[in-house]
Amino acid sequence: MNRLSWFNVVSLTLGFAFLYIPMLILILYSFNESKLVTVWAGFSTKWYGELLQNEAFLNAAWVTLKVAVFSSTLATVLGTIAAYVMIRSGKFFGRTLFSGMIYAPLVMPEVITGLSLLLLFIGIGLDRGVLTIVLAHTTFSMCYVSVVVSSRLVTFDQSLEEAALDLGCSQAEAFRLVTLPIIAPAVISGWLLAFTLSLDDLVIASFTSGPSATTLPIKIFSAVRLGVSPEINALSTIMIAIVTVGVITASLVSKQQAVRQKKEEQAAERAA
Amino acid sequence: MRRAVLIAVPYLWLLALFLVPFVIVFKISLSDVALARPPYLPQFSWDEGILAFLSELDFENYIFLTEDDLYWKAYLSSLKIAVFSTVLTLLVGYPIAYGMARAPSEWRPTLMMLVILPFWTSFLIRVYAWMGILSNEGFLNQFLLGIGLISEPLIILNTNTAVYIGIVYTYLPFMILPIYAALDRLDGSLIEAAEDLGCSRLSAFWLVTIPLSKNGIIAGSFLVFIPALGEFVIPSLLGGSGTLMIGKVLWEEFFSNRDWPVASAVAVVLLLILVIPIVLFQRNQEKQQEAEQ
Repeated sequence: MNRLSWFNVVSLTLGFAFLYIPMLILILYSFNESKLVTVWAGFSTKWYGELLQNEAFLNAAWVTLKVAVFSSTLATVLGTIAAYVMIRSGKFFGRTLFSGMIYAPLVMPEVITGLSLLLLFIGIGLDRGVLTIVLAHTTFSMCYVSVVVSSRLVTFDQSLEEAALDLGCSQAEAFRLVTLPIIAPAVISGWLLAFTLSLDDLVIASFTSGPSATTLPIKIFSAVRLGVSPEINALSTIMIAIVTVGVITASLVSKQQAVRQKKEEQAAERAA
Repeated sequence: MRRAVLIAVPYLWLLALFLVPFVIVFKISLSDVALARPPYLPQFSWDEGILAFLSELDFENYIFLTEDDLYWKAYLSSLKIAVFSTVLTLLVGYPIAYGMARAPSEWRPTLMMLVILPFWTSFLIRVYAWMGILSNEGFLNQFLLGIGLISEPLIILNTNTAVYIGIVYTYLPFMILPIYAALDRLDGSLIEAAEDLGCSRLSAFWLVTIPLSKNGIIAGSFLVFIPALGEFVIPSLLGGSGTLMIGKVLWEEFFSNRDWPVASAVAVVLLLILVIPIVLFQRNQEKQQEAEQ
């Protein structure tokens, strides 16, 4: 399947134009001098300056970052344990329910997850704030982590773990010295996924946050409801830039690792 | 012993923060609205006992949902919007996935990254980008007016058309990736065989490529349809007052009307509607996994 027809070329070009032009326009207008986002009035970086002085946005960004770091770390620990249990523990009481609870949040509409968690927090009398958002984000993102990690655990050669046990490792040591290094790339991508999901979430955070904790998406949403604003364009541009650098770096690193692994394997083969 | 602890930690977490909340939603959907904090009755208390508590619950809110036009119209319109936008996403996404699968293999990692990159970018920002493009004085209208194609601005923002564009745009990677995965596994010699046996390229595509990428099409369609049905951000930013979607209704019922029992009933019914596509999706995934082994 290696012949590109004119049809393929056209659909790829149009497809990627459709995916990227809206974002390019958004970025372009963040450098617009005019307050009216639709009229081009010359190049300017003043909206970036105003953004840096907008304390409400900076506070919200700080809250969002805190929530994302805590919830994604917690979600990675819980999600990795959940994946390990699902793949390695065989049968246990309530296994079907457990696997259902891991997969269901992935397809649950956000409005329902948000509503149900809010009703729980009110029911047990927990004040809404950073803690409740962290709990909510951890719950849905641990399921994503668990799916990513378990797909790696399935293809993992279990005899390596058994060899470590035979050579005198305890179960915990075998996990730490053999299993964890091998599944590490999946654990890291799970963490990154959880982190991005948390940064991005508007609906669940809106339900579970209180007046004391406003996240960036909540702030952006309420600003955007009133219409387009160049400050939001500037903020979006910064966020797009961070993500782009992150994704490109991650793909370069994983490519390098793949090359190194291949080299090592070849060297090992030659040695043998 | 250690195994039990390992199982218990994520298990209890999910029970407490996923399952129990649903039981609460269900319970509140059977309660009555009240001017109190929290705004519903009855509240459970040990002194009155479980029976007294249960006897006060009823299906009034569900009956209310069927009586008021707003709700079933919102469910129907959400279903319609979700179905149409899934079909549109498929029509846009398939040619892209097909082109990717036929591209030289050294391009593929880059193309993959280009599809995944928007997925990592904030959903809210990607929806917001269209607000500036589709508005009356927006980029699209200025462009079309500028080249003289139209003489009056098109009204797109705050209509259902804008909602369709928004859903297709934001969910496109979910459609492309599974179809690409299916096409990538496809054995090219099958198509050559069909062509050798006298198929035209088009009928080889129709009779061989499409059926063999069926699993990818099904998976991609569910991945778009399921979240689109409960979508809130897109209809509230791109849609207008005429755009009825159940996610938006639930949000307003909760935040504006503060009618928690009705909001909970709306959520329970939405969940019941979603059970069917979710089960079908799960079956499709299992079948695919079996086929791979």
